[in-house]
Amino acid sequence: MIGVSILKEGWDISPVQLDVLREVANIGAGNAANALATMLKSKIQISVPRVKVMSFADVPDFMGGAEAHAVAIYFHVGGPVKASILLVMPIEKAAQLVEMLLGTSNASLTGSFSDFEYSALMELGNILSSSYLNALSSFTKMSFKPSPPALAIDMVGSILNTILCQYGEVSEMALVMEAGFKKDKVDVVGNIFLLPEPDTMDNIFTSLGVIV
Amino acid sequence: MGELIQVGMGDYKLAMPPDKLITAGLGSCIGICLLDPKSKMACMSHIMLPCSPNDKKYGNPGKYADTAIIAALNDMKKMGADTDHLVAKIAGGAQMFRFSGNSSIFKIGERNAIAVEENLEKNKIRLLNKDIGGNVGRTIIFDPANGDLSIRTIKEGQKVI
Repeated sequence: MIGVSILKEGWDISPVQLDVLREVANIGAGNAANALATMLKSKIQISVPRVKVMSFADVPDFMGGAEAHAVAIYFHVGGPVKASILLVMPIEKAAQLVEMLLGTSNASLTGSFSDFEYSALMELGNILSSSYLNALSSFTKMSFKPSPPALAIDMVGSILNTILCQYGEVSEMALVMEAGFKKDKVDVVGNIFLLPEPDTMDNIFTSLGVIV
Repeated sequence: MGELIQVGMGDYKLAMPPDKLITAGLGSCIGICLLDPKSKMACMSHIMLPCSPNDKKYGNPGKYADTAIIAALNDMKKMGADTDHLVAKIAGGAQMFRFSGNSSIFKIGERNAIAVEENLEKNKIRLLNKDIGGNVGRTIIFDPANGDLSIRTIKEGQKVI
């Protein structure tokens, strides 16, 4: 699971803060992996979360390359903490997931999804992002209010583009929190990204007792 | 063989033949390609938003339709291009998400497209061709040698405008 945060210009992040965020990503992704394991009735591992500050232009490469073909499920998080959550899966993994969830599907043969399969993917996104946020919520004692899911299937770069646009006025740098889900140790299912908005970062640190 | 010059999000770059300009994964952003047909000098910008905020501290001019075109014009002029007879081709401005409700961020592609066309007109640049809107991500390559803009998509294959 990956989180991305947009930083104010000149915003500096300390090694302690990075550690805190890595822990936040770890707890959130751990909880989401549990939910995924229950749904798929199989073991899910998470990778060691990566937390990095980078320019917008570098984010697509961090997420698998600008032209990689992927399914992305997007949530805007409102309330006292504002953020974006993006769940990114390679297209063939998304097709396999749909087959596992529904028992039957032609998605991996045809590479396209029916409306019913779209709903299944969005529901999967709902459950993963809610479990991620639930963990953050009990950890930080703050409330998170995710929007309904939006879904896009296309090049990773073009999807990110659309999300990062809204932050273009505020910044050129993003804080990206990422964790990957693996099934049977090697098979990467997808990644989850969280992009907190600038003021939100301070709120998170304050609630955790980290001096900002 | 020339080089492929990468243009990142919110950036703009100049090129001369045999080099070409590329920007990968345009979603709601727009790629603006300007060409001086005489000197063959070209510029590609990858804008993210329609217009720069009113206060002066807006950062990189390449992020906004209005400031990116002016910055490109100035740079091309400095490098000796004839900026009175520029031509343009544009691509991008897609709506990437479905089931997205009324959230205004998903309409940004449309607003970008309108702003780019307005600003081209304001700067008296002739728009030769465009590939705008829809719900497809685009990778675009501009060749200053002949003014061809090739557009690669996953859903609709490849075409040249």
